[in-house]
Amino acid sequence: MSIEKRKKNAVWRKLKISFFYLLIIFIVFFHLAPFLWQVISSLKNAEEIYSIPVKYFPSSVSWDSYKHLITSPVFLKNFFNSIIISLATTFFCLVFATLSAYSLSRINIKFKNLLQLLLLLACLFPQIIFLVPLYEFMAKFHFINKSFALVLPYVTFSLPLAIWMMAGFFQTIPKELEEQAMIDGFSRMKILWKIILPLSWPALATCAILIFIGPFAWNEFLFALTFMTRDMSRTVPVAIALLSGASMYEVPWSRICAACVLATLPVVIFVVLFQRKIIAGLTRGALKG
Amino acid sequence: MSGKDISEQKFGLFLILPSLIILGVVALYPLFRNLLLSFMGSDGQFAGLHNFLLLLQDGRFKKSFLNTLLISGISVPIQLSLGLFFAVVLHKKFLGREVVRTAVFLPWALPTAIIAVTWKWIFNDFYGVFNDLLLRLNLINEPLAWLGRPNLAFFCIIFAEVWKCTPFVVVILLAGLQSIPSDLYEAISVDGANAWQNFKLITLPLLKPALLVALIFRSIQTFGIFDSIWILTGGGPGGSTESVSLYIYDTVFRYLKFNYGATLVVFNFVISLTFVLIVYYMFATRRQFEY
Repeated sequence: MSIEKRKKNAVWRKLKISFFYLLIIFIVFFHLAPFLWQVISSLKNAEEIYSIPVKYFPSSVSWDSYKHLITSPVFLKNFFNSIIISLATTFFCLVFATLSAYSLSRINIKFKNLLQLLLLLACLFPQIIFLVPLYEFMAKFHFINKSFALVLPYVTFSLPLAIWMMAGFFQTIPKELEEQAMIDGFSRMKILWKIILPLSWPALATCAILIFIGPFAWNEFLFALTFMTRDMSRTVPVAIALLSGASMYEVPWSRICAACVLATLPVVIFVVLFQRKIIAGLTRGALKG
Repeated sequence: MSGKDISEQKFGLFLILPSLIILGVVALYPLFRNLLLSFMGSDGQFAGLHNFLLLLQDGRFKKSFLNTLLISGISVPIQLSLGLFFAVVLHKKFLGREVVRTAVFLPWALPTAIIAVTWKWIFNDFYGVFNDLLLRLNLINEPLAWLGRPNLAFFCIIFAEVWKCTPFVVVILLAGLQSIPSDLYEAISVDGANAWQNFKLITLPLLKPALLVALIFRSIQTFGIFDSIWILTGGGPGGSTESVSLYIYDTVFRYLKFNYGATLVVFNFVISLTFVLIVYYMFATRRQFEY
């Protein structure tokens, strides 16, 4: 290869790398921009948020919106509702999913196909399909405005992802471990409790995070909108959505933006800390074929 | 069956029982209840196909159905191609890849409703940053009412949906990419294949199962789109962006027509199911849907 050609190649490669990193920067910006804009908007004061042309950086950082929110009893109650409902969902779903996933991956049971079919039904179709009869059900048994009205469907619709993830994890545990234990006279219950569970804590933690940040705990909207009709029973996403529908002179947008930031913060923290594990867990279970 | 097998069976069933019960009550029962409701009048009497005949003449339903088809038809292909592009990029090894993956994954985990509120603020006609950016770049001469005009509102809804849902596609396709053995690429590079041939001859064919899963999930879910439209436009202006889910919600909870709402749900379900079955039998093998 001539020297000139080699030089040309080097330049070409450098160009390619710079272009690649430009692309990467663009991709990151595209995904973070809306969130960053909320943060910036939330730190503007009530006047600056409505300035034209738009100010990209506030002249002074104002925490007023946040102060207002954390002293507002309704917002705190909504936040508290979201936390309680999400934690309850995560806990019950984790228990049900772990038991089912163990059974699915280790014991050749009847009704295996039925369970698979129901899981597919629950994760494939949009919520509106289930909404009307569920509302009827909740109203009939006086669950409207009670946390149970949300925890029950949330646990159910979080199950598919959680079960697939845990089953994917159980398949990575060597069967010989259990066979040896069986020879030693351990019952299945004891194997699950004494051998499998102690091995599973990391997977369980990831699964719990996945349930929490998944579409059906912290983030759910339609059921929460329908089954919670009183201001004090609502969860955060619905409360914020209803605020944003009000006149902008009633509730300044900086306050709505601050509420959005607070409501997305738990999820953002989980994703930033555990992204690697969450994606690994999601992909191990969901797509093994 | 030996005694041990039977006790294994019992134990196995005992373990899945809680999940089976809860799925039966919350996911399966509503299907049958919808079906039952759709054949009844509001008086609780059997009404035959009355509700379904109403549906066929319902102009508002037809409009919302077409809107939903339009939103899905435009946004799902964009989600898939953009998702494929991001996945291929993120599959490469480069400095800071984990940070970029975190950023790309983030929208999936954020609440759809809250992100819709964010977009509502960004697309605001007076104070929104989107108008401001376009004005500064001289792409428009005066602020546009993004959520106030049907075509522009459609754009906003599709934009929000693509932004929020592409990460799901990326995650599924990344998993697919990881399952492709790298020696295949080595083998083909011996024959002098370039990057594009790599992609066309190995990546795309082997990624087909993952693409199919993404296609089915994204189509059905986008067809049920509710949160973002409810918040961004409320179905407006003048019903021009109303989706089927929004119409069903209004039918039941504003006009209190339970039975007709259930009829719309049944119709929606049948359409979705038909779509799944067609795609499934045209392209898929059974294995892909088992964990």
